[in-house]
Amino acid sequence: MIKDLLQKRILVLDGAMGTMLQRYKFTEEDFRGERFAAWEHPLQGNNDLLSLTQPEAIAEVHRKYFAAGADIVETNTFSGTTIAMADYYMQDLVYELNYESARIAKKVADEFTAKEPNKPRFVAGSIGPTNKTASMSPDVNDPGFRAISFDELRIAYKQQVEALLDGGADLLLVETIFDTLNAKAALFAIEEVKEERKIDPPIMVSGTITDASGRTLSGQTAEAFLISISHIPILSVGFNCALGADQLVPHLEVLANKSSHFVSAHPNAGLPNAFGEYDETPAQMAAQIQEYVEKGLVNIVGGCCGTTPEHIKAIAELVQKFEPRGVFLETVSL
Amino acid sequence: MSDSKLKYLKLSGLEPLIITPESNFVNVGERTNVAGSKKFLRLIKDEKFEEALNVARDQVEGGAQIIDINMDDGLIDGKEAMVKFLNLVIAEPDIARVPIMIDSSKWEIIEAGLQVVQGKCVVNSISLKEGEKEFIHHATLIKRYGAAVIVMAFDEVGQADNFDRRIEISKRSYDILVNQVGFPPEDIIFDLNIFPVATGMDEHKLNALDFIKATKWVKSNLPHCHVSGGVSNVSFSFRGNNPVREAMHSVFLYHAIKAGMNIGIVNPTMLEIYDDIPKDLLDRVEDVILNRRDDATERLLDFAESVVGKVKESKVDLSWREEPLQNRITRALVKGIDQYIIEDVEEARQAADKPIMVIEVNLMTGMNVVGDLFGSGKMFLPQVVKSARVMKKAVAYLLPYIEEEKLANPQEGDTEGNGKILMATVKGDVHDIGKNIVSVVLACNNYEIIDLGVMVPPEKIIAKAIEHNVDVIGLSGLITPSLDEMVHLAKEMQRKNFTVPLLIGGATTSKAHTAVKIDPQYSQSVVHVNDASRAVTVVGDLLQKETSKAYKKSIKDDYEIFREKFKNRSQHKEYRPLETARANRFKIDWESSEIVKPNELGIQVITDMDLEKLVPFIDWTPFFRSWELHGKYPDILTDKVVGDQATDLFADAQKMLNEILTGKKLRGKGIFGLFPANTLENHDDIEVHRQTDIHDSRQSSPTDQATDLGQDSAAVETKTYRFRSLRQQLKRRDGVPDYALSDFIAPKKTGIQDYIGCFCVTTGFGTDELSDKYREDLDDYSSIMVKALADRLAEAFAEYLHKQVRMKHWGYAANEDLTNEALINENYKGIRPAPGYPACPDHLEKLTIWEMLEVEERIGVKLTDSLAMWPASSVSGYYFANPEAKYFGLGKIKEDQVADFAERKGISLEKATKWLAPNIADD
Repeated sequence: MIKDLLQKRILVLDGAMGTMLQRYKFTEEDFRGERFAAWEHPLQGNNDLLSLTQPEAIAEVHRKYFAAGADIVETNTFSGTTIAMADYYMQDLVYELNYESARIAKKVADEFTAKEPNKPRFVAGSIGPTNKTASMSPDVNDPGFRAISFDELRIAYKQQVEALLDGGADLLLVETIFDTLNAKAALFAIEEVKEERKIDPPIMVSGTITDASGRTLSGQTAEAFLISISHIPILSVGFNCALGADQLVPHLEVLANKSSHFVSAHPNAGLPNAFGEYDETPAQMAAQIQEYVEKGLVNIVGGCCGTTPEHIKAIAELVQKFEPRGVFLETVSL
Repeated sequence: MSDSKLKYLKLSGLEPLIITPESNFVNVGERTNVAGSKKFLRLIKDEKFEEALNVARDQVEGGAQIIDINMDDGLIDGKEAMVKFLNLVIAEPDIARVPIMIDSSKWEIIEAGLQVVQGKCVVNSISLKEGEKEFIHHATLIKRYGAAVIVMAFDEVGQADNFDRRIEISKRSYDILVNQVGFPPEDIIFDLNIFPVATGMDEHKLNALDFIKATKWVKSNLPHCHVSGGVSNVSFSFRGNNPVREAMHSVFLYHAIKAGMNIGIVNPTMLEIYDDIPKDLLDRVEDVILNRRDDATERLLDFAESVVGKVKESKVDLSWREEPLQNRITRALVKGIDQYIIEDVEEARQAADKPIMVIEVNLMTGMNVVGDLFGSGKMFLPQVVKSARVMKKAVAYLLPYIEEEKLANPQEGDTEGNGKILMATVKGDVHDIGKNIVSVVLACNNYEIIDLGVMVPPEKIIAKAIEHNVDVIGLSGLITPSLDEMVHLAKEMQRKNFTVPLLIGGATTSKAHTAVKIDPQYSQSVVHVNDASRAVTVVGDLLQKETSKAYKKSIKDDYEIFREKFKNRSQHKEYRPLETARANRFKIDWESSEIVKPNELGIQVITDMDLEKLVPFIDWTPFFRSWELHGKYPDILTDKVVGDQATDLFADAQKMLNEILTGKKLRGKGIFGLFPANTLENHDDIEVHRQTDIHDSRQSSPTDQATDLGQDSAAVETKTYRFRSLRQQLKRRDGVPDYALSDFIAPKKTGIQDYIGCFCVTTGFGTDELSDKYREDLDDYSSIMVKALADRLAEAFAEYLHKQVRMKHWGYAANEDLTNEALINENYKGIRPAPGYPACPDHLEKLTIWEMLEVEERIGVKLTDSLAMWPASSVSGYYFANPEAKYFGLGKIKEDQVADFAERKGISLEKATKWLAPNIADD
């Protein structure tokens, strides 16, 4: 179904969750809620946990993005793996966090789809990179060392994927990939779940070009990255984070030219300023994204760090005037 | 909707590699392959990963578009080495930019490799050899890991060797991959098996043409896939003749590429430019490759000789006989040609004032050239030994004249050689190939050798050294107990106030052992020398009056520093207490483990093995190593450096082997037994039950059919024995078990009956006699050759018998179909570790095997004081059948295990410490 829509128009992804949550100025107590009041470790900053302790806020953010014109929202599960949750000693809560986050997003999506049946809304289960890299050593003096193995990642990702699907996610979005091997472990886990459950959810894959070198953190060029993840039937491939919309253009051009998948982009609201804040306005960002759509580079556009419902609104208004990038699809179905 | 334009083979490292129909031939770098590169193997074994990375880097800089990485070697943990090396490669952007080919015959190594590489790799390789189920399973996983795959044209029946079989297997493989697995066809690369042509055998005539035709068929009938192969195989029968080989490679590639082969392993230095091949050669090569005429092979062979003649000296080129006398003598020595030496020496004698001058001037001039060439790596050991043969012949001819001269002029003293060297293999040890080689090479350099042979007791060495007033003593040994003998002898030399230098050599000796254990016992010089070429320089330096003092001091200092470093090694290793190691043992799931009851329990004897049957089982690589030619057979025959020499040596070996076989010069005997066994409560002891035959039904069988002992005895009693295994204690990374052989046998408490085997084989009877005969004929070359071949035959016998046991007598792998190469690579199920070797370094266990099987009584193989087997060309060991059994190295163990072992074995701690000394951690 989403595949048919993508043939017809450019779909809009939501913007940043973290940026929106900052506006709530949640305290340590807010993060803990009643349930984790006695947790032995500090929890402030564990945004994924808010799906359990502040579910209304999460639902409200999703609602704002849908209202701004987003077709797809991402679940609040960027760090929802045992590996990333180890920072908060919350490995055992991973299933519940993912399940609840997907359920909340799905509920809001269903509300909007009911109101506007001609614009169905989707939930993408967000699968982040974790905080460890499988093909790079954290120790410069020991380049052969690895802090995490493929199997550890695969097992962690599998758990997240199962919970996201159980909670109602329509798609899976493996995103902010700075080490392709981490993403391959996630894709491997997804394939296992697909085989076990005999299902075929659409998969979005989104890498991160970290700087002007034009490579991922693990050193791959855009095309090498594309080749490295193309063994799995995916719905879309794209880039997000790290760069602003204009810096992403040359890399999106590679994907647009070389890939037979749909292409996605969800850049940051420019590059961070001296205070680490993103201050590109919705109008500025939309003007840059105009280049994407004029060149026919993308099928899915949204925002990453620093973007807000206002940015998404500007983007949604822009893209409806343009044709999507033409793609010959192989077999992907919802 | 599919777009064929997109169905290219796309690979990636940090950068993409896209192979389109328009792409040039893609060359795969294969120097990072332990099976193909001696250097790389050594670096990996020595854990010199930094240098190993340079090998990879050089290939990428040299233009390799993909690098093949292979860690399949029995002496390294392939999985660990693969992961470690890949992790380091990936950290080097200038190497990691190209895609990686993960090359192994073991799936676990391939999978471990796939788990650490972010880019899209090529797996090398899978095939239908083990059946469809495994093929599908592996292909499914490879697809999921995101790699392309090389599929060998190999199925359950065997390797495809003609056109029909190639297309049959590739079609079947392709259909399974594409239709059942959903493997992208563009990610399939077929290796259609390149085999040699012009071998002289009719069935090989079509080898190249069938490959080319099959390539064309595959490319036109199996859409989008690729064809690759190792090109150098095709010209195998012309090894040693590079001009012809280079032409063959170019012609083959020219046609194979036209047919659609687009990936391969080609040594760029072994390739002539197609257009530069002379027309006459080109025609003949094309006739062979394309099988255009019946007499193509003969015509190319004839032509090849003329090509060799142009490039190098032809063997029949006698123009050198026209040269001046000294040139002829030098040449005869350098080339090892003994045909004309007597007439040349006679000519020299007539021209000389005194016959001794012929040795001192003419022959020594030639031998100095030999020494220089050998010293600078331009000549190789087998050539030097051949030179020695010529030298000895010449000297033997001159001796009567010299004696005559002495009688005539008694006032003149004996001529002085460079010095006298005593050589001996120490007490308890019977191995002497290395010692003999060093002796010959030293003799060539005008040293007088006092060779005391093997199993020489220390008191005899001391006595003979005094009697002959020798200048140097050289000790050799192959088995670990010999190390103690050497220490003992050093002490004795000190006690007797010897001053002559002591040389230490042999397979188990090392600089570390020499520096730490022997050197402190003897205040004079002790030098570890492990190859013949070094022996000459070392002895020269030791005996040269001007340099000797400084050299001796530098050696002493060097060992002193080495000892200090050794003691203060920064990397102090940690060990687990024995109990912890036992808790961390390798655990097999016995409930699900496949245990096969042997078809034939009990002991069987082979009284006269048909040695012909062993020839296909010979692993030639160690044969070349015993001649100090390093490299893997058969690649060594075409090695850039030693290829010619290896080819000559191999030809001589074949000749000698033929002589041994047809003349039945050596006799092979073997014994083996299969018994019920279980591991005991302490996890380390294996209890074995042997049924003894009351009536000795020993038979003399004229065939190599194994003779059952005791199967039909009227009364049997069961005797119980225990094998004591040793357990790894070195602390390694988490999750790695601490192995002992006992882990591969079901514990008694499981109630599951398991089994074990043990064996001894020999091909040594007759070796000494034959070898001595050659020695008497002044032919050290053949004398050493006999022993080297006997050793190979014994190993081949062990391999052969193991296969018979697996397939028949035990029968747990009845359907096994492994090539000889696969056997050498130990791809079979189950293991046959030998006492005294890495998994079970304890030689004492041999006594248990001897007692259980009555080895000495039944086949005559004895154990020496040091528990070496006599005849030397013998192999003994255990059989473990469990599919999870694997070879491992015990490494160092701690005192707690030594004490436990002594107690279990009922021997004194002192005795246990003595025998296990080489394995006891001293830090």
